[in-house]
Amino acid sequence: MFLFQMIIPAFLVGGVICVIGQLLMDLTKPSFTPAHVLVTFVTGGAILGALGWYKPLIEIGGAGASVPLSGFGYSLAKGAMDAVSREGLMGALSGGVAATAVGIAAAVLFGYLVSIAFNPKG
Amino acid sequence: MSQNMRPPTLKITPEEYKDLSTKLTPKPTVVKNCIWAFFVGGLICAIGQVIINLFVAGGLNPTQASTAATALLIFLGALLTGLGIYDEIGKYAGAGSVVPVTGFANSIVSPALEFKREGYVMGVGARLFTIAGPVLVYGIATSIVVGIIYYFLH
Repeated sequence: MFLFQMIIPAFLVGGVICVIGQLLMDLTKPSFTPAHVLVTFVTGGAILGALGWYKPLIEIGGAGASVPLSGFGYSLAKGAMDAVSREGLMGALSGGVAATAVGIAAAVLFGYLVSIAFNPKG
Repeated sequence: MSQNMRPPTLKITPEEYKDLSTKLTPKPTVVKNCIWAFFVGGLICAIGQVIINLFVAGGLNPTQASTAATALLIFLGALLTGLGIYDEIGKYAGAGSVVPVTGFANSIVSPALEFKREGYVMGVGARLFTIAGPVLVYGIATSIVVGIIYYFLH
């Protein structure tokens, strides 16, 4: 039973966050590309995280809030603030990247390997 | 010149014309797009939650489980992009496939694959960051500003 915990909240919260992204794209056509959506979500997640408004969303939605790129922004901001508490001002520079290092390194490694292993379609 | 011109045959004002044309234009696909985005985005997050639950059952603490799940989702997103499947999903899902971290992986692999013929340094190596670059620039810069403000407030 434990394995099914939080799945419905994750589905609902994740779905709503993606709808916000879709509305941004559709209602601002054609100026808002997927790149703009990703940048907006990472920045927005970091700012909401700093204001303490994103954490409740993680508590309610679990992966529904952490899997969208706004969750990546939240981790960046949270990492920076936690590191400042631990080690002072230098933490502001190191904390964000340190907290998200696994994700960034995974993206570079897997992105590179897949690009080497596959060829473009068509 | 203007006196020789035939008067308009349609007896409607420009306002009426505008009303008519909005009424007769096919319904915008915004609602349909949002439903797709909701279900596909929600499904990807639900899969993420299952992966987190599996990692927690395997003995990781919740933070480690969430980090490991992110790495696994990035791997899956990259692999499905390489196989050409992710872009097929994206045609329907729109933001539902862009906003989750799998979409971030897709944004890394897609341009790198497309420009592979330009070589392994300026093709693959540089194009990996076509979209990931701006995301990291704005994300990391924001986190530093947040950290500095936090330092002075506490």
